[in-house]
Amino acid sequence: MLLTVTTTHRPATDLGFLLHKHPQRVQTFSVPFGEVHVFYPEATEERCTAALLLDIDPVGLVRRGRGASSFALAEYVNDRPYVASSLLSVALVNVFKSAMAGTCKGYEELAASAIPLEASLPAVPARGGESLVRRLFEPLGYDVRVAPIVLDPKFPEWGEGAHVGLRLAGELRLAELLNHLYVLLPVLDDDKHYWVDEAEIEKLMRRGEGWLGVHPERDLIVRRYLKKQARLYFPALAKLDEAAPPVEEPDEPGREEQLEERVSLRDQRLGTVQSVLKSSGAKRVLDLGCGAGVLLERLMREEYESIVGADVSVRALEQAARRLKLDEMHDAQRQRITLLHSPLTYRDKRLIGFDAAALVEVIEHLDPPRLAGAEQNVFGSARPGTVVVTTPNAEYNVRWETLPAGQFRHPDHRFEWTRGEFATWAQGVARRHGYEVRYLPVGPDDPQVGPPTQMAVFSR
Amino acid sequence: MRIDLPDPSLVVLIGPSGAGKSSFARRHFAPTEVISSDFCRGLVADDENAQRATTDAFAVLHFIAGRRLAQPRFTVVDATNVQREARRPLIELARQHDLFAVAIVLDMPEAICQERNRSRPERDFGPHVVRQQRSQLRRSLKGLQREGFRRVVVLRSPEEVEGAEVQRAPLWTDRRADHGPFDIIGDVHGCHAELAELLRELGYQLAADGTSATPPDGRRAVFVGDYGDRGPDTPSVLKLVMSMAEAGTAVCLPGNHDMKLVRKLKGRDVRITHGLAGTLEQLEGEPDEFRDQVRDFLDKLVSHVVLDDGKLVVAHAGMKEAYQGRSSGRVRDFALFGETTGETDEFGLPVRLQWATDYRGKAAVVYGHTPVAEAEWLNNTINIDTGCVFGGRLTALRWPERELVSVPASRTYYEPAKPFLAPEDAAPLADEDRPAFLLDVDDVAGKRIVQTRLARTVTVREENAAAALEIMSRFATDPRWLVYLPPTMAPTATSSRPDLLEHPEEAFAEYRSVGVPHVICEEKHMGSRAIVVVCRDADVARERFGVDGGETGAIYTRTGRPFLDRPVDTEAALSRVRGAVESAGLWDALGTGWLVLDCELLPWSAKAMELIRRQYASVGAAAKAGLNATVAALDVARARGLDVALLLDRQRHRIEHVDDYLDAYRRYVWPVDGVSDLRLAPFHVLAAETGVFIDRDHMWHLEHCDQLVTADPDWFQRTGRRTVDVTDPGDQATGAAWWEELTVGGGEGMVVKPMSFVARGRKGLVQPGIKCRGREYLRIIYGPEYADPGQIDRLRTRSLGRKRSLAIREFGLGVEALERFVRREPLYRVHECVLGVLAMESEPVDPRL
Repeated sequence: MLLTVTTTHRPATDLGFLLHKHPQRVQTFSVPFGEVHVFYPEATEERCTAALLLDIDPVGLVRRGRGASSFALAEYVNDRPYVASSLLSVALVNVFKSAMAGTCKGYEELAASAIPLEASLPAVPARGGESLVRRLFEPLGYDVRVAPIVLDPKFPEWGEGAHVGLRLAGELRLAELLNHLYVLLPVLDDDKHYWVDEAEIEKLMRRGEGWLGVHPERDLIVRRYLKKQARLYFPALAKLDEAAPPVEEPDEPGREEQLEERVSLRDQRLGTVQSVLKSSGAKRVLDLGCGAGVLLERLMREEYESIVGADVSVRALEQAARRLKLDEMHDAQRQRITLLHSPLTYRDKRLIGFDAAALVEVIEHLDPPRLAGAEQNVFGSARPGTVVVTTPNAEYNVRWETLPAGQFRHPDHRFEWTRGEFATWAQGVARRHGYEVRYLPVGPDDPQVGPPTQMAVFSR
Repeated sequence: MRIDLPDPSLVVLIGPSGAGKSSFARRHFAPTEVISSDFCRGLVADDENAQRATTDAFAVLHFIAGRRLAQPRFTVVDATNVQREARRPLIELARQHDLFAVAIVLDMPEAICQERNRSRPERDFGPHVVRQQRSQLRRSLKGLQREGFRRVVVLRSPEEVEGAEVQRAPLWTDRRADHGPFDIIGDVHGCHAELAELLRELGYQLAADGTSATPPDGRRAVFVGDYGDRGPDTPSVLKLVMSMAEAGTAVCLPGNHDMKLVRKLKGRDVRITHGLAGTLEQLEGEPDEFRDQVRDFLDKLVSHVVLDDGKLVVAHAGMKEAYQGRSSGRVRDFALFGETTGETDEFGLPVRLQWATDYRGKAAVVYGHTPVAEAEWLNNTINIDTGCVFGGRLTALRWPERELVSVPASRTYYEPAKPFLAPEDAAPLADEDRPAFLLDVDDVAGKRIVQTRLARTVTVREENAAAALEIMSRFATDPRWLVYLPPTMAPTATSSRPDLLEHPEEAFAEYRSVGVPHVICEEKHMGSRAIVVVCRDADVARERFGVDGGETGAIYTRTGRPFLDRPVDTEAALSRVRGAVESAGLWDALGTGWLVLDCELLPWSAKAMELIRRQYASVGAAAKAGLNATVAALDVARARGLDVALLLDRQRHRIEHVDDYLDAYRRYVWPVDGVSDLRLAPFHVLAAETGVFIDRDHMWHLEHCDQLVTADPDWFQRTGRRTVDVTDPGDQATGAAWWEELTVGGGEGMVVKPMSFVARGRKGLVQPGIKCRGREYLRIIYGPEYADPGQIDRLRTRSLGRKRSLAIREFGLGVEALERFVRREPLYRVHECVLGVLAMESEPVDPRL
């Protein structure tokens, strides 16, 4: 992993003073995850380049029990030794401590003045692509050059990967450049190699002083820098608001609106499910595939005698238990709710004897061959009086501009049905198991493609 | 006086305080069989005489008694029980568990009771207590039988108590000591000619008039009942089975038709329907005493029998697990009619509950009653009434062979109420006939203890089962195809050579040290593991696997996921496999219509393309970009005289490592546009109708796989192999050299296996295979630069213990799954093992091993 910083300020070799590293020497420093070498490939009056070579020890980097990845070998086969990540940030504060603080004994004026600087990084993990790179650095006054990296020249059809070569040029103080890199490289990477806690807020405030508060991507930077932990980034944002009055942020109406629409669609979906359950007169209800318990939470506020949430994922059930605060519930409340670990495709006799069941955005997560098993379990064995099923309407997908054609809304979806496909399935179910079925739209009912979510209500 | 007690049953001792109940119990029963109210008072209140704890003490007593009866175990309740209210819950308990309650009353003279109580200081209650208890007892005596006790024994004096002798006898249904072998015969319904023919077919010698038969060498016939009605010759059938029962060569069970006939013969008023008229007419021609004999014979028949150490249960209409070996009105009803909902269907026949679908008992249940087109095992139960009288067949099940023997009806004697199809006309196992549910969450959830033949008992931890269940439920292929999952495989112990982590030497040494002299080295193909289940056609798939969507097999990964995304591709690949099996003649050679093959499917990129691009190529690209820039900067620095030679050297080495790494994954990538671009490398022929081939050595397996390669060399890939005698240094060197040859060009390496499929050492099963992976290949496991001297030495410490133990357990489970499938055990029994393998895989193990 290499970072080079070049200046054309005269005399360029003053860079050595600013960095506190002599241009004629090759120096090596030790950091917890390897070694840092600093040397100067060029050092003339006109042009001076300092290089920081971070030699990461991959074996030392491996730590057991780090977050579950779908790729079991991610700890061993990864890009960390080769790319600019939070490891580089740590190396920077280790090696260029005074430069980052903007102090330089005897050269105070130079340290305080903007000089022409160019930073170059051969491989930067850019989650968010070139556009995010530009959105992060251009507002800070850099001329940004992004060089895509092809995945494998032997297989050109694979295209480009998630890494880019990055060159930033601008006229600014060296400390500013280093602090920008310190904060923004891990933000681009969207990862940190260490545990993030409250202390991280302080670091961000210090390194972001003077620029972060007014950065148009402030919120994104703060969120990513603090590993998307709400307990950290909300306080951090509040601090920034105190420090600098909020400026008019150029909104991105498209994304905002889309987000809002999505949230309200979920609300509408759950609300519709609630209405249907309520109007069925059910006293005992099932939420099959309850996930983290969003619907359960709403159902608990209504007057059901017994509510059962079932899910195949033990983790989801744990989340649901936390969301519902099961541990702290009073006995009378606690008796109304039960969480069951139950895979929909295996018959579960504990689901028998309920008035109504909801399957909200569940069936599309089942492999089509397993659908018949789930059908038997719900309609053949459990046989609640009313069954509400919601699933995406595939036809509506064309209305979502950000969703590439032919792609599902969620990577785990095994299928997304058109209204016709859904109706065919639902009618078959109704016929096989003696139910009647009616359909309700959820969300705006588009005249051409129908509503974003389709709902079938089975009753017998 | 001899007291006969059924075993198991609930014995209730009755008598006032001081009557000597506890001494009686001590003398005749084992201490654990007796639950006394005093003992229970002690349990809940630390004082055997604490009257205030009586309610809680009895709750405990009833609970313990209930659990014992559920087992079922012989149970004695030692309490005064002089009040009706005290006895009622006990009788109810026995009823709930379908066992008899027996009362033993100690009706001792008052003086004796008072005397005994006086000598026990802790019983400081006044004499009025005993007096009152005695009077309660006297009032109860008459009505005990009516209260529901099967037997009431009253002992009236110390002499009678002294002289009492207790004898236990198993219940009539309990014939576990009878080991057969048996020939279990379905509903005869007066079809004497067919019965005689079937018996002859089974090797029985029949008398000329066909009314008696001698079985071959120690065999016995078991009749599921319904001897008469509808058919042409009920009297001869009855004569035959009665004479065999008399001679001890037949066990006869009652059918519902037989019970109706008994009632008629006893002069009761019954409706003459369902063919009873014909029977009565046929019996008209017989002498009166024959009718009496028939009545007495049928009247004495016991509802069902448990045979052969409890492995076999026979009843007319089936018997659910909770009722087996028990006796009550509802048990008898179940035996005669099965489990009905009380409703009738459109043909006026009772709607039956699918008790067999839910059956999870260990004992095989053989029954009849409802004619079916084909006798077929379901969850260890089989209905062998193949509707002889309706023009079907008369079927026998040979036990313990589990072979079906049947003879066709010579004609249709009776038109069935519901259309009954002869086997050739019936769509075999149509959708509606097949129980909708084969798997229950109870079959798979929670901690499981699986008995395997090879690896003995394997325990699956609850959280692992939960994780496996989630994978199985959301990602796996249809469970009916999942008859096997392959075990994980441990690598060899770490090599002592400086530049290698793995080398065959260690694998050879390991087998040598556990007493396995001959091993086979098999080339490890760098693809993805694939289990191929292939059927000759959709009919075989339907008959053997119960899959009716027209599929002819399945191809799935080591975690049970469908290998190919589109079913049409799977079928295309299967048809290619089928073609090769066909032309190699393996269907006939192995006597089967289906095969399970253990294979590697190539290229790796077929399954792992996304991973290769996102992870492997991405790391490679970043590494090259980073290192190239670094070397360039160092070059410039050196040119201006800085001392960076060492640094430069090191970075150049790193580039070489990365280049080797790029080559390592690139070798396993080739474009796949369709099924024909895939390559299949089979290495085990795991199972077929004729068995699980773990008794054949690996040469046998590979030779059969070679036949597939020969049949379709463009699509099948041969697995290279070498045999090695690990006691011969020269042989070992040749083996190691071959590994060298395989891996120097980037090959994945090889697997060393004992020549026999299953090998045992002093400590039990030895590893079924040990992998030795190549130096270059390991870059995609341990990281691009792992072979760097600075890294490799720190990687040598590897703990293989858990991986190796998992490999053994998973091997045992996988083979067990196949064996159960081949034995036609119920799906849930197969699934349990397969799920076990998957559950084992959620144990945390170093993924690099």
